[in-house]
Amino acid sequence: MSSLELKDVRKAFGATPVLDGVSLTMEPREFIAFLGPSGSGKSTLLRIIAGLETLDQGEVWLEGRRIDPLPPGARGVAMVFQHYALYPHMSVRENMAFGLRNARVPRDEIESRVGEAARVLEIEDHLDKKPGQMSGGQRQRVAIGRAIVKHPRLFLLDEPLSNLDAALRMRTRVELAQLRQRVDAAFIMVTHDQAEAMTLADRIVVMNDRTIQQIGLPMEIYTRPANAFVARFVGSPAMTLAPAELAESESEYARVRLGDGALVETRVKRAGLPSGAKLQLGLRPEMVSVAEAGAGTADAKVVLLERLGERTLVYSVLADGLEMIAQDEGVSRLQVGDRIGLRIEGAVAHLFGPDGAAFHPEQSA
Amino acid sequence: MNAERDWRGLLFVAPFLLLYSIILVFPLFRGMWLSLHRVDLFGDGNFVGFGNYARLAGDPVFATSLANTFIVTLMIVPVLSVLALLLALALNSAGRGTAIVRGIFFSSAVLSVTIVTLIWRFVLAPDAGLLGEAWQALGWDPLPFLSDPDLVLPALAITTIWWSLGLPMLLFLAGLQQIPGDMYEAASLDNASRWRTFWRITVPSLRRTILLVVMLQTAAQLQIFGQAQLLTGGGPSGASRTAVLFLFETAFGRWELGYASAAAEILFLIILAVTLTQYWATGRATEAQGG
Repeated sequence: MSSLELKDVRKAFGATPVLDGVSLTMEPREFIAFLGPSGSGKSTLLRIIAGLETLDQGEVWLEGRRIDPLPPGARGVAMVFQHYALYPHMSVRENMAFGLRNARVPRDEIESRVGEAARVLEIEDHLDKKPGQMSGGQRQRVAIGRAIVKHPRLFLLDEPLSNLDAALRMRTRVELAQLRQRVDAAFIMVTHDQAEAMTLADRIVVMNDRTIQQIGLPMEIYTRPANAFVARFVGSPAMTLAPAELAESESEYARVRLGDGALVETRVKRAGLPSGAKLQLGLRPEMVSVAEAGAGTADAKVVLLERLGERTLVYSVLADGLEMIAQDEGVSRLQVGDRIGLRIEGAVAHLFGPDGAAFHPEQSA
Repeated sequence: MNAERDWRGLLFVAPFLLLYSIILVFPLFRGMWLSLHRVDLFGDGNFVGFGNYARLAGDPVFATSLANTFIVTLMIVPVLSVLALLLALALNSAGRGTAIVRGIFFSSAVLSVTIVTLIWRFVLAPDAGLLGEAWQALGWDPLPFLSDPDLVLPALAITTIWWSLGLPMLLFLAGLQQIPGDMYEAASLDNASRWRTFWRITVPSLRRTILLVVMLQTAAQLQIFGQAQLLTGGGPSGASRTAVLFLFETAFGRWELGYASAAAEILFLIILAVTLTQYWATGRATEAQGG
């Protein structure tokens, strides 16, 4: 039986549509990340699943049961709020027990569930504290604990790591990954941080503009983005999209000409490409390397260097003004203002049609 | 260097300190001094020690006025606090409609006591008033609110509640708007009924506001005066004479300033004691429930 199933969910606030027919099926125990920029509708979708928002049309099913007409507390879901939403006047123990008491779970059962969750989350010594006496990371654990004790079928995490500092975020990320191994439930996490989504999720749902852009494995989203939006949104720094047009070629693969006249041989099948249309060549930094001026595919001038240690990102400008990011070794001797050649590895480059649709290179086996 | 700086700082607060001393500090001590003397409007009077206090202890009129004050305060404060909270809950939503209704409910608070009592004199009048008409329409005899000794304190309480509803309502509204919305969402995911959400989320979150409202209103209503003086003049036969009305009559009717000051000191101590007790009791209660 599938875990969560969304069937053509639609939602509008007044005249403003926020979700245009979203459908999704989750496997049991799957961890899915909703990834997208703010305003993409991902939080609204999460709140619809939780029951905090109504839907205008469509259905929500959880393990064979239709839940969208049910009140939030009866859906078998638990939510970890972005700002935790702990009850400040209750102790940690009461915070975790509140939902169970409302559900009339027997007292000793509540005891044991709260104790177990506290042990797993290492907050046993803080059970009698108030949230106000705890650090941000500890509150986060309480919020997770409050969700765990309910033994939900689905965890909903709303930007769970966004309020933690960088070090704590890394640690909590690892802990979340461990937690899901222990818990027999599915997870949905809303995030705008692609690193979180890539590391935690089994599948990523990329959302933009009220709709799902792509559902796929993390590496699939990265290597075979469904469209120009996904290609630009996932990956840091963003993929360069260079305007290009088809050039004459005998090969079955497309050869494209960039704005400055440089020719790039791709491994994208010529057949199927929209004929005569303006295309875009999609290049991640690792597909572009640095060469002597005149020795590469195109010549460019260095405008900015980002030295990241193990590699250097080279921001350069082509003769026609196009910005392109290349990658060089960590101890690059380049200087801003240098004239360089860019060697474009056309065999792994993507092409995008005028509507943003992606055309991927044939995978060389 | 340090001393110099201190003096300059003092200059900035001097205007306030001066006014504060003249208007509050001096009368406070002058009142204490007066309460130990037998004084009339002319001259400094003569020292009588605690004579005024001893006389008050045996004065049945003062005792009745204190009792009336307590009764009317007990009638007003709980009803006023609950009504204000219910109104605030009802009006705690955005929108033009509620903003207008809030304004209407608050409007009575800007009226002076003279106008309030004028209005309620009409409302309470048995033969022609609103309540009288309503009673008659229901086939009952109209109640003589202002001339029946058993009804005059409730009448005073109703008038005061109507007049004082605005401020506590605003305080509760402000308190309600401080409660983060995601706490209610968490409660709904925690399967909490509306009733349980109210008692376990809303009320504990409003704890400080409730304490503030009850303390402010208790202190205010123990000094109830204008309504009693203007509605009934303390009558019939002292049934609505409050402590401050007693003070007023003693000081400016019989010109016994020392005696009135002693009564004022006692009222001051009572209000202080009641307020501190409330503060202490609330602190204990919240500690006990772990709040």
